[in-house]
Amino acid sequence: MPTFVYMTRCDGCGQCVDICPSDIMHIDPVVRRAYNIEPNMCWECYSCVKACPHNAIDVRGYADFAPLGHSVRVRRDEEKGVIAWRIIFRNGEKDMNLLAPITTKPWGKHIPQLADVPPPSDEMRDSQYLFNEPKYIRFDDGGLHTLESNKLQLKAGVYE
Amino acid sequence: MITSNPFAELSASLPLEPGVMQAYVVLMVLLVIGGTLLDVVHKKSAKYFFEKGEELKKIAKRQVGGGEKVGIAVGTFTSEVLTSSEFANPERRISHLFTMYGFIFFVVTTAVMIFGLPVAEGTGSALAALLWHLGALSICIGGYWFWFKIRVDVRSEGNEWHNVHQSDLFIVSLLLMASFALIWSLLQASTGSTSVLSMIAFVIFIAASTALFSTILWSKFAHMFFKPAAAFQKKVAVADGSLDKLPEIPDLSSAECKERYPDIPEYMGDNPPNMGLGIKREAPNHY
Repeated sequence: MPTFVYMTRCDGCGQCVDICPSDIMHIDPVVRRAYNIEPNMCWECYSCVKACPHNAIDVRGYADFAPLGHSVRVRRDEEKGVIAWRIIFRNGEKDMNLLAPITTKPWGKHIPQLADVPPPSDEMRDSQYLFNEPKYIRFDDGGLHTLESNKLQLKAGVYE
Repeated sequence: MITSNPFAELSASLPLEPGVMQAYVVLMVLLVIGGTLLDVVHKKSAKYFFEKGEELKKIAKRQVGGGEKVGIAVGTFTSEVLTSSEFANPERRISHLFTMYGFIFFVVTTAVMIFGLPVAEGTGSALAALLWHLGALSICIGGYWFWFKIRVDVRSEGNEWHNVHQSDLFIVSLLLMASFALIWSLLQASTGSTSVLSMIAFVIFIAASTALFSTILWSKFAHMFFKPAAAFQKKVAVADGSLDKLPEIPDLSSAECKERYPDIPEYMGDNPPNMGLGIKREAPNHY
């Protein structure tokens, strides 16, 4: 479901306008608060919801992870490097808190220096592969990669 | 000029009774009260706050007592109201403080000066007149700063400063009122209180004030009443543990957190460092 803004919380700071990848979060010319100008074009990426410093933007989740009428809200704490979710079912009894890391290193300190990486050769340029295509999705080197063939194991939770 | 009461000079040089000016002030107060009540009925804001409060009470972890609510109300008044602490953008906050305090001083001193009429020779308060002028100047500083530099949709929507929308009714009438109050006072001092220029400035000043106080239903004037209510409700939601349905973010180095969320110590270590400001490193600049 597309995003919507709580007018009493929004102060029109423009963080959501900046971050929206579809450029559909705008400042309303009448009330000077943020709003979604084209809900049909919203792909529910939650970028604005997470970026809003006042937690003024919300999205109603789909029925595939909670029955309709629930509340799903999120808080992103940059300094702690975590994101927290809270899902409350409409009966008010099921109230779940979730927490996950969003970075393991300080922001902006470990940016890959792509300028130092050797440029692709002509052969690489003419191939159908992407530059620096991850080895696990390549078929020309070792056939079909599986977890087993790469000696990896599926485990629960968030992993690198 | 800056320490003289322009209303006293107007009253002395024109057949404009102090009673007429006092009646005008009372009318404006009644328009503000009536407009705010109509706004509350039209936007259903009181109903919204009540229903939201009831909804949050159901998921509250503890009851907030009357004394604690008074403390929260005082905290809201001293922080959100007196220092506009809700603004994330420091420029907007400073500009808002200039405009807000200017408006308060301007309105209060206007009432003081008008209800102090008629002024006997040499007994007028220079302080009230000084604060009236400084108040108007402060509104102009904060207001024009906002209008030409900060108004967010100027940049995000590519609107020029001369594009005026209905939402600008409040700020435009406020700025016209403060600007023409100063211009009127200046012209009164330089060209005399009965000069044509001074009277034109006075008429615009009165027209702008009437527009400001009589259009509450269509402008954002009522924000000064509902914003503190929203801030109070937000703080109560933190105190009663309902957190406005937002999740809690625990101390990442606590044993309880590590036990409940084993991913945190696994990927971030036992004592995760301060990761810095993230997207807050850069102020939003709308594209």
